[in-house]
Amino acid sequence: MIPDLGRYAVAVLSSYGATLALVAAVIALTLWQGRRVKRQLAEVEARQGKAKTDG
Amino acid sequence: MSVWEYANPKRFMQVSRRVLPLVVGLTVVSLVTGLVWGFFFTPDDFRQGSTVKIIFLHVPTAMMAINAWVMMLVASLIWLIRRHHVSALAAKAAAPVGLTFTLIALLTGAFWGQPMWGTWWAWDPRLTAFLILALFYLGYIALWQAVEDPDTAADLTAVLCMVGSVFAVLSRYAVKFWNQGLHQDSTILKVGEKDPIDVAYYVPLVVCIVGFVLLFVALVLMRTRTEIRARRLSALLARERLA
Amino acid sequence: MMALLLRDLRLAFRAGGGFGLGLAFFLLVAVLVPLGVGPEPATLAKIAPGILWVGALLACLLSLDRIFALDFEDGSLDLLATSPIPLEGVVAVKAFAHWLVTGLPLTVAAPVLGVLLNLAGQGYLWLVVSLAAGTPALSVIGAFGAALTVGVKRGGLLVSLLVLPLYVPTLIFGAEVVKRGATGAEVQVPLLLLAGITAGAVAFLPFAAAAALRVNLR
Repeated sequence: MIPDLGRYAVAVLSSYGATLALVAAVIALTLWQGRRVKRQLAEVEARQGKAKTDG
Repeated sequence: MSVWEYANPKRFMQVSRRVLPLVVGLTVVSLVTGLVWGFFFTPDDFRQGSTVKIIFLHVPTAMMAINAWVMMLVASLIWLIRRHHVSALAAKAAAPVGLTFTLIALLTGAFWGQPMWGTWWAWDPRLTAFLILALFYLGYIALWQAVEDPDTAADLTAVLCMVGSVFAVLSRYAVKFWNQGLHQDSTILKVGEKDPIDVAYYVPLVVCIVGFVLLFVALVLMRTRTEIRARRLSALLARERLA
Repeated sequence: MMALLLRDLRLAFRAGGGFGLGLAFFLLVAVLVPLGVGPEPATLAKIAPGILWVGALLACLLSLDRIFALDFEDGSLDLLATSPIPLEGVVAVKAFAHWLVTGLPLTVAAPVLGVLLNLAGQGYLWLVVSLAAGTPALSVIGAFGAALTVGVKRGGLLVSLLVLPLYVPTLIFGAEVVKRGATGAEVQVPLLLLAGITAGAVAFLPFAAAAALRVNLR
């Protein structure tokens, strides 16, 4: 499954691991912020009786 | 129809909602293809061994770290000249993504440098310049956070971005002057010349670059949408307080 | 403009005005570094150019937030903005005053601290020359950073974060001049580059700083 990385396995694997972790972190942050703001906006729009303005 | 149509927040929201799934889909396809290809199906380099596989992370993120700043500069200029709010918010949205790419480039560089150069970190011009770039991103983000009024923050960060760009370029040449590096020059653009990068690496690398570009676009679109919603939210809350 | 300069200088020299603070800090750096690094003359001589430049840079940083903050708080910055002097001129004068209060004393005091750090004999001339050529850039860049953050409460730390990356080219070329001077090598190239950065910063950054001030005064 995992290709033979030889003696540099640690370097390669930790590079891929760190990259995936950081990318996952920024994606998670983006989605989390997006959801939170969207929910709050929906609440306030509903409270003020505004038409929903975006998807 | 002019490009500036998309500067209308409402229009931007409509269009980006339709475009976003497409961009996300293409991002996933190209990133997965590129990285799986790069990780599983590339041969080891005869000198660098398997560490050559790091190139598929290191080079695209390093490119995007710089391109993200350039995109912020362009967006800042559009904001200063034409006062389109979407532009300012897009610049704000891009900064954390750019910072992440800068950190990835530094980290993967460290993991690559450890076996190849025998050190995690060297005060090599490129590495140093990237560290300074990370500081610029931090300062930019901090200024956005510190200033309360959104339009003031947009103006100030745009000015900072412009001045910062000049100094970032100056720093790049200053550190080059200061220390000749270990870092090899870019070989991507040398295809067709002597000593090019091998095709076995070139093709998946290009796929990875496309993937990271799309990832950046997708994230910036998402974050800009969030910023626009946040602006609308604070506007509505402000109106509520007045009523 | 002359009156503004004199006013700023008077304020700085008054008790609690901050004059001498930067100088004291510079002295402390020069005293603390040998305590941390150890007293070997050869080591100290080797790192002296860098330490002196970093010390000067940090000492400059200390007093940056004073450039505009006090005038912003008591409203005199609004008066200055509506005065007949263009705001760019106000920025330039205030940056010049800051330099007279910090950069110039640092330049004059640096050779004394060079003795503490065992700087090589040929280096003193270039230390003074490089500081004289480089510190104006530190003041102008700092004024720009201070203008950006003038509306931020407790912006001192933020100023440091914004300004330090902008100081990188000046620091590199400044320290390089001293390092080369101390070893008797050619100094012309870094010195010219250092002076070029200063000239560019002095010429253009007052405009950027004035733009930032206008935004903050809106």
